Amino acid sequence: MEAYGYKEGLRDGLPIGLGYLSVSFGFAIWAVKQGIPDLTLVILSGTNLTSAGQVAGVTVMAAGGLLIELALTEFIINLRYALMSVTLTQKLHPDFCLWQRMLAAFFVTDEIFAVSSTRKGLLTFPYMMGLGCLPWIGWTLGTALGAFAGTLLPAVLSAALGIAIYGMFMAILVPGALEDKGVLLAIFAAVALGLILRYVPLFSFLSEGFVIILSAIFGACIAAWLKPVKAGEGEA
Amino acid sequence: MKLYPYLLVMAGVTYLIRMLPLAFFRKKITNPFLLGVLHYMPFAVLGTMTVPAIFTSTGDPVSSTVGFVAALLLGLKRRSLIEVALAATAAAYVTSLLLPLL
Repeated sequence: MEAYGYKEGLRDGLPIGLGYLSVSFGFAIWAVKQGIPDLTLVILSGTNLTSAGQVAGVTVMAAGGLLIELALTEFIINLRYALMSVTLTQKLHPDFCLWQRMLAAFFVTDEIFAVSSTRKGLLTFPYMMGLGCLPWIGWTLGTALGAFAGTLLPAVLSAALGIAIYGMFMAILVPGALEDKGVLLAIFAAVALGLILRYVPLFSFLSEGFVIILSAIFGACIAAWLKPVKAGEGEA
Repeated sequence: MKLYPYLLVMAGVTYLIRMLPLAFFRKKITNPFLLGVLHYMPFAVLGTMTVPAIFTSTGDPVSSTVGFVAALLLGLKRRSLIEVALAATAAAYVTSLLLPLL
């Protein structure tokens, strides 16, 4: 069986890194406008390497939310990584030891998971390190550029970049809904409850973080109940 | 604003969720409902984060909506993450340049 090394990982990670660079640039411009300091944002991106979790985290931070609210929000939003990590354990090369598993885990993102889980053959430690390298650099560097140089952009362009991160979310949502009625149902149910919790005055005591948690759990449970996942389907 | 406790919590929670299963999990999840919830969760999360926030994301409802439509159309054509993100941005940018001329 062909073994993949560091170089193959780097090559597979290049397009992901380029994509992250531009999206995190938009993320940083948006986050600076929420009042988060530039250096804090660079540290945030360098230590988290996740888009949805960081957008939600910045929202909670900007609102001065509770730490427990932040922890719960991150837990719910990033719960998918647990499933991806579990899936990856089934494909790890036997040479993978504990500290290598702990290091490789840092680089589990939607895109890195998508590439590594669909690679033929077993995953080696050097391959996973190569694969994570450029996406991490792209994500952190893009955040730094957006945070420090974003103010140099014309106001109209920097305002328009506020939509970039949501555009990336749409690129995940729409094809997902096209392929799977259950996904479409999960999205609609979550959005519906989210709109109720955000706009019905009765629920105005709920912060944005809790709205995300409650509506996401609701949407996922409704879909899991009405459109059960067949064995093996839940891994993709 | 004291942000460092937030940074620590975010990095810690995000890392542990990725690390604990990868380092220690050695069997398969079989409960169908749990599998379903985990399968649908990312889409539910992204959905409620995107709508309605995307419609105010540029600070102006018209350019935001045009950006949303552009993202929807390219999403239906299954274009890549970066293409959709840039197309939404470009559509919103062009709209906000044209709006004052109307």
